[in-house]
Amino acid sequence: MNKRVVVTGLGVAAPNGVGIPAFAAAIKAGTSGIRHDAELAALQFSCQISGKPEVPESLQLQYLDPLELRNFNSNGIMYGLIAGIDAWRDAQLPAGPDLPPDWDSGTIFGAGSAGVDKLREAIYKVDAMNVRRLGSTVVPQTMASGISAWLGGKLGLANQVTTNSSACTTGAESVLMAYDRIRNGHAKRMLAGSTSDAGPYIWGGFDGLKVCTFKHNDDPQGGSRPMSASASGFVPGSGAGALVLESLESALDRGAVIYAEVLGGHVNSGAQRGDGSMTAPNSIAVQRCIREAVKAAGIDAAEIDAINGHLTATGKDALEVENWAVALDRRGSDFPYLNALKGMIGHCLSGSGSIELVAAVLQLHEGFLFPNINCQDLHPEIAAIAAPEKIPQQLIYKDLNLIAKASFGFGDVNACVILKKYN
Amino acid sequence: MDKETLIAQLKEIVKPYAKDQEAWQQINENTDFVKDLKINSANLVDVILDVEEQFNIVIDNEAMEHMLNVKSAIEIIEAKLGGQ
Repeated sequence: MNKRVVVTGLGVAAPNGVGIPAFAAAIKAGTSGIRHDAELAALQFSCQISGKPEVPESLQLQYLDPLELRNFNSNGIMYGLIAGIDAWRDAQLPAGPDLPPDWDSGTIFGAGSAGVDKLREAIYKVDAMNVRRLGSTVVPQTMASGISAWLGGKLGLANQVTTNSSACTTGAESVLMAYDRIRNGHAKRMLAGSTSDAGPYIWGGFDGLKVCTFKHNDDPQGGSRPMSASASGFVPGSGAGALVLESLESALDRGAVIYAEVLGGHVNSGAQRGDGSMTAPNSIAVQRCIREAVKAAGIDAAEIDAINGHLTATGKDALEVENWAVALDRRGSDFPYLNALKGMIGHCLSGSGSIELVAAVLQLHEGFLFPNINCQDLHPEIAAIAAPEKIPQQLIYKDLNLIAKASFGFGDVNACVILKKYN
Repeated sequence: MDKETLIAQLKEIVKPYAKDQEAWQQINENTDFVKDLKINSANLVDVILDVEEQFNIVIDNEAMEHMLNVKSAIEIIEAKLGGQ
């Protein structure tokens, strides 16, 4: 079959902007979505800053009816619904309860966990021997596939409806899984994306692992510092991104706006061998993943204009940049432009890949590079690999043709997606 | 508590779950929760929990199975209230 696959809709619920117009303005302006988090402070977290999308009840009511919002306590599903439904509407595709099943449209919408706040509520009731008072709302908000199930119902999706999960690689993986499904002719349209819950029960484990920064509790907006010499750990974030992937034929038939083409990509794992472990990447696998993605896309590594990195602001950023340099065989002033969205939104974990892919698609479509904030003190090891002018600290308007986006996750898993401007 | 008052209270309880607002307006002893009010069957357990809370009663599993319409709901509530 080998159908061409394009992006025809975008949606996002990010800490620095909910909805594409707000998000696009924020990433161009270098606006940070990191704020002081009173709840984390009260619970004596080491890291007391975080990134959370702002979703007031008035906004939630545009996605769920009052009955659905009764006893609703799963912020990850809420972010995913906002991003997913927005992307569908942005693609000018119909939605609503009166539509017949759309056999040609499905979703692969990832999550790292589901409804942890709701699960906590349920655990308290069960332990108090009150299981009979759980009501009907626990299962749909705590099952791993909750987000894809909610979206499927809202949008009438009747092709594959599922949730993938591969830690911080989840979002990039969902796009590649959806791409495969369309390319092989199994679906015309797939809503790809991912979401992450917010809050202490998600972030506590990372705080416990000592991978979050504790040095910026009084300076939230300066806290997330990818590629900086003073990077001291990631800032926990949350949110969701969504992309409508569609066969080129279907998009042209509908006269849809085409944001970009997905040329392909690759997913793999370092098998937790060599340098790899549950929490650290095996560089051989990372390099292989990038090379295989370039090969699958049918491009030459020298043609890549820009990289949207994983770059979390831990001690591993320089290693990631070195892996890109080795895989693409490009260094110094020949290195592609490189930027890291996490400086503005923190590490949105399972939601990160898809929010960052939305940013990358916007860059291709509108022709710009968002600024790298908080790396005025570029790490010298990184400066030795990529020329500093390739890591812009100001917004640059520039026509871009090819962007490579990679995400890496716990479990030593990797994904790399190659996006092309659609002409 | 007379039947009218009970039905009026029940009407308020089922309001958020009723998808058919016309049928809800005309709620009476013969109204079926699922067939007439178009309440999602999964929400029936929520209706029962709300009834328990409103009347401060506990409805056992067997009674729950029968609570599918206004008539049986009233009988069950009356029996529980009478038994207290």
